[in-house]
Amino acid sequence: MASRMPSKVPGEDERQPYKDTFAIAPRNPRNRPGSIETGEPRHAAAGVRGLSDRAIVRLFVAPTILILLAINIFPLLWTIYLSFTNYRANRPNAEVKWVGLRNYERILNKEDIWEYLQATAHFLCWTMILQIVIGFGLALLLNRRFGGHSFWTTVILLPMMLSPAVVGVFWTYLFQPQTGIFSYIVNVFADVGPLDMIGSVALAPWAIVMVDTWMWAPYVMLICLAGLRSIPDYVYEAAEVDGASAWRRFWSITVPMVLPFLMLAVLFRAIENFKMFDMVVELTSGGPGSTTELASINLKREAFEKWRTGYSSAFAVILFVTVFGAANVYVKAMNAVKRR
Amino acid sequence: MNRADADATPRGWKRFFRRGPWENAATVLIAAGVVMLMQPYFMVLYTFSFAVILTGTVGFVVVSHFPE
Repeated sequence: MASRMPSKVPGEDERQPYKDTFAIAPRNPRNRPGSIETGEPRHAAAGVRGLSDRAIVRLFVAPTILILLAINIFPLLWTIYLSFTNYRANRPNAEVKWVGLRNYERILNKEDIWEYLQATAHFLCWTMILQIVIGFGLALLLNRRFGGHSFWTTVILLPMMLSPAVVGVFWTYLFQPQTGIFSYIVNVFADVGPLDMIGSVALAPWAIVMVDTWMWAPYVMLICLAGLRSIPDYVYEAAEVDGASAWRRFWSITVPMVLPFLMLAVLFRAIENFKMFDMVVELTSGGPGSTTELASINLKREAFEKWRTGYSSAFAVILFVTVFGAANVYVKAMNAVKRR
Repeated sequence: MNRADADATPRGWKRFFRRGPWENAATVLIAAGVVMLMQPYFMVLYTFSFAVILTGTVGFVVVSHFPE
């Protein structure tokens, strides 16, 4: 009996090395091809309801596209439409008049808005410079793997995990001229008397730069650290064999190889800081006067305090096009760096 | 120049509408527009900054579809 029924076709194991994984049940003519019982590959779910693979792909992608259209594209197009009108959100029944380019004309001829954009530029430039320098420096230090470096990495990352509103509130207390610890520490080193960081026209723009750097330099550090850890040791070893100095190794290996990571961190932070709102509102509310009134703070005032929806929509469109254009240029530069 | 080289060389409008130089021009426009928007010296530059940025951005989106 056994001799008439060979248990195995010669060479079967060689042809189907993963047979045991897929073939749960013995082959049965009633099992459909491609079912889990047979383990045969087939196009997923094809023929189940007469849908092609392409149709199934569209079916799965459709909800995402619909949500994207509803919460991203439609509001954007609606904002662009509103920017050409005199619409006010607190008067929904009032007649909406088409005003053409008048909102844009008013914004681009108003000195106040120009000053808010300058304040935004000051904040953006200095936070980026300081965060790059401090973030990269911390990453270089933590990359040395000294004892307890994991603990210090966690400690340094703590500010990043806090809510910007919370950071704004507690730095307000730290910056208090009479009772705040910041003024006390500065006076230990230099006898300048009570230091009003958020009440002084000269110091308030630097106070928001300082707090943002304190909060987000760890983020830049984290991304730089990932870049530093991705550099293989043999590159440094080869450079050492060739007699390259530590300075040369830094400029010719470390910086070029970390640069794409650093640029990515700067892109993320620059877009965020261009829209900075919550932390600065909690810290200074745009004051003293309008010294720290960033573009997004003014946008919120126009939209939800003065209820000039059409006007603020035009301002939002200007900011959006600026960020979009600048990000395009930046991504192009980043790709060029990656290709080197 | 052999025939293969002659075929590979873009001619006419294809030579004119190459992505590289147009993308560079759009990039320069955007960068100039952003500087104009945020510089603290001349109001007139601020006034025309958005027009420059918009031209550059729309141009960038269009020319990034040009052939290499």
